Amino acid sequence: MKKLALLVAFLGLSILATVTVQAQDSTPRPVTDDEVNAVARQLYCPVCENIPLDVCPTQACSEWRDLIRLKLSQGWNADQIKIYFAQQYGDRVLAEPPARGLNWLVYVLPPIAILAGAYILFRAFKAWQQPVTQTTTPSSPEVPDSSPEQDPYVTRLEEELKKR
Amino acid sequence: MVANFGYGALVITFLIAIYGVFAAVYGATKNKPAWVDSARLAMLLTFPLILLSALSLIYLLVNGHYEVEFVSSVTSSSMPLYLRVTALWGGQAGSLVFWALLMSAFATAVTLRKWDRDREFLPWVIVVSMITLGFFLVLIIFFENPFNRLWATSSGSVVQAMFQPAGSRLFNPGDGRGLNPLLRHPGMIIHPPMLYLGFVSFVIPFAFAIAALVTGRTDDRWIRLTRRWTLVAWLFLSLGLILGARWAYDVLGWGGYWGWDPVEIAAFMPWLTGTAFLHSVMIQEKRGMLKHWNMVLIILTYALVIFGTFLTRSGVLSSVHAFAQSAIGPLFFGFIGITFVTSLSLLLWRWDSLKSETQMTSLLSREALFLLNNLLFMGILIVCFWGVIFPLISELVTGQKVTVGPPFYERATGPLFAGLLLLMGVAPLAAWRHSTAKTLGRAMWKPFIVSLLVPAVALVLGVRSWAALLGFWLAAFVVAVTLYEFWRGAMARHRKSGENFFTALFNLVGRNRRRYGGYVIHLGVVLMSLGIIGIELFQTQTQGTIQKGQSLTLDGYTMTFKDLAEFNTNDGRLVTRAVVDVSKNGKFLAELHPRRDYYIESQQPMTIPGLRSTMEDDFYVILVDWQPISTVGATFKIYHNPLVNWLWLGGFVFIFGTLIAAWPDKDPEESRQRVSRRGYAGATGD
Repeated sequence: MKKLALLVAFLGLSILATVTVQAQDSTPRPVTDDEVNAVARQLYCPVCENIPLDVCPTQACSEWRDLIRLKLSQGWNADQIKIYFAQQYGDRVLAEPPARGLNWLVYVLPPIAILAGAYILFRAFKAWQQPVTQTTTPSSPEVPDSSPEQDPYVTRLEEELKKR
Repeated sequence: MVANFGYGALVITFLIAIYGVFAAVYGATKNKPAWVDSARLAMLLTFPLILLSALSLIYLLVNGHYEVEFVSSVTSSSMPLYLRVTALWGGQAGSLVFWALLMSAFATAVTLRKWDRDREFLPWVIVVSMITLGFFLVLIIFFENPFNRLWATSSGSVVQAMFQPAGSRLFNPGDGRGLNPLLRHPGMIIHPPMLYLGFVSFVIPFAFAIAALVTGRTDDRWIRLTRRWTLVAWLFLSLGLILGARWAYDVLGWGGYWGWDPVEIAAFMPWLTGTAFLHSVMIQEKRGMLKHWNMVLIILTYALVIFGTFLTRSGVLSSVHAFAQSAIGPLFFGFIGITFVTSLSLLLWRWDSLKSETQMTSLLSREALFLLNNLLFMGILIVCFWGVIFPLISELVTGQKVTVGPPFYERATGPLFAGLLLLMGVAPLAAWRHSTAKTLGRAMWKPFIVSLLVPAVALVLGVRSWAALLGFWLAAFVVAVTLYEFWRGAMARHRKSGENFFTALFNLVGRNRRRYGGYVIHLGVVLMSLGIIGIELFQTQTQGTIQKGQSLTLDGYTMTFKDLAEFNTNDGRLVTRAVVDVSKNGKFLAELHPRRDYYIESQQPMTIPGLRSTMEDDFYVILVDWQPISTVGATFKIYHNPLVNWLWLGGFVFIFGTLIAAWPDKDPEESRQRVSRRGYAGATGD
């Protein structure tokens, strides 16, 4: 019986503690403008074109910043707020497309294209370095070879000064 | 009457452009020089005619003919005279007229050159220039006519049309809606003409390239002929970009200069290919290589010029559906497609005659490093192009709009820009053809050691960002190499000729302007990169609401709110202006006046920051909000932007270097002969 009384007392205290903590959590905490801007900077105005939310001067954006302030005061973090805005207004409010589905292309294609370009360049270098056939005669304004043993810069410049 | 005159001049110009194209093609294919001359005269006529049209429009703008819809949409009676003139490029229709005017001016200028040695190019240069001009005239005459007037119909509605609809009478609203406040800044007055000049002047080297492909004269003559055109185009485009950055910094009120906005990127993309082209043509001139690639680059540049205009003029950026609904969007799209495919077809047709005359002999030669430089420029282009068009693809495929913003571009292009800086340091020390790790190392070690001092000092001063340390080292390395090059060249000349050092330096630069102008441009880029590192890596900001007499602090600065006033101005603004004091360590530095201008007629606000600038940093204050009657006071946002003024200083140096590189010889013909007598002359150049 004594054990049961202790258990009930423990449960009662636990519930009381939980309720107290929750009550404390739901009390809005003061949020600075800098905290609001730090989140707003990562979001884009849902109606204007390409304007980050922290600098958008419209009334609508001012209200959205107030919404961010409210969410922060309720204990939300930046990621939760970003997800909330994306759910409410679509992915266009995010500074970058979320990496899923078709959006992967935006991240994958440029490095692939650049690597492909580097590979083509490398192959071209190799091809160009093949021995020159006898039939190829340079007809362009050719430059004199710079001897690897000498400072090519001084050689070239002195040659220029001789001619002047 | 004046509107009819202006419109009529455009229609006549369009007919002349069509005639010019046919006369040039007929004259060239049938070998009838008289027809080519006739086409040339037709091209000469386009400039005065479009000028008459533009002057007619300016007359209507200046004199407040609000019955003309374009005048009504971009001017108002409260606007000063200079803004009424510059309103010509303040709206879609007028800016297309301005584009056509500049295009005809460049076409006329190129027509007036001596064509004796390059007669076969002339008809095809005319064809390309006239087709481009004709396309813009089609847009103006049939779809974006700035001379359309407002007509009140019998049913009471107001419609716009060039000619009087039956039963209607001319409608004058009495006053206009005024120019977009954002476009009233001096930077925005000069910025669009510079960009347009850059855009249209790239048409000329493209026209010569096409002429070379059509005629089969695929040596480097077309490149030599257009070298200065290309530099001038590049100069204007660079100026346009720098002015645009300054405008954004002064007017947009977000403490930055570049937001990776699609409109900015639209102007940046042809600059990227143009810069790659400027480097790449040197390889063709010196080594007879990369002829295909140079053609590809100039074709791409032209396509990107039209694409950039398309992006900003078609409404496609707001929505792909807006593009589909707009009349000029599909036209632009078609024109880009046709010109691009035709150009590439011509290139394929002449592919065999564009084979390299020599071979790449060393991976460390200057030509190899230039090619690497081209790869990096193309990499940045791919990132930019993909970032701009992906939201459109996403909207088309999934119906979902997405934003590709600064984090994507900065992450993707940062390493590529760093690579370009590194090459800017290494390539000037590499020789054409032969360069080994040993010779390159021997040339590099002194500037390399000196450059290490800069990040070391930064480290001692407390800089801990590895990106900043790397950036400072790269900047120092390029400066050290460039100054070393100047010093070595001047000293060698001094030893040979006995001239004193400064005379030797002056003569050295004067005798190889392209090379040393290029080095000055490199120095400009380095200075700009310092500003970019400063603002990107060290910018701090804070925002707060304070009462009069209270302060905000940031990075050792204290800003105290002194006063706030609201007043009306004669030009239709309601101005809210704050007075704040800025001090550092207790020492008063400046009184600033951040303000918000509200344009009553267009109901648009404009944020003008208060700014204290030094070479060390900018203290940048924005008035965000205010309650003048209550005790709450006003909300300010403060930015501390270290080193940002090096960006603008670098811009000046950059432009100065381009002017040196593009400065014409006293007598180009004589100079060419002198160069050919030197035989190897190009060897020391660039």
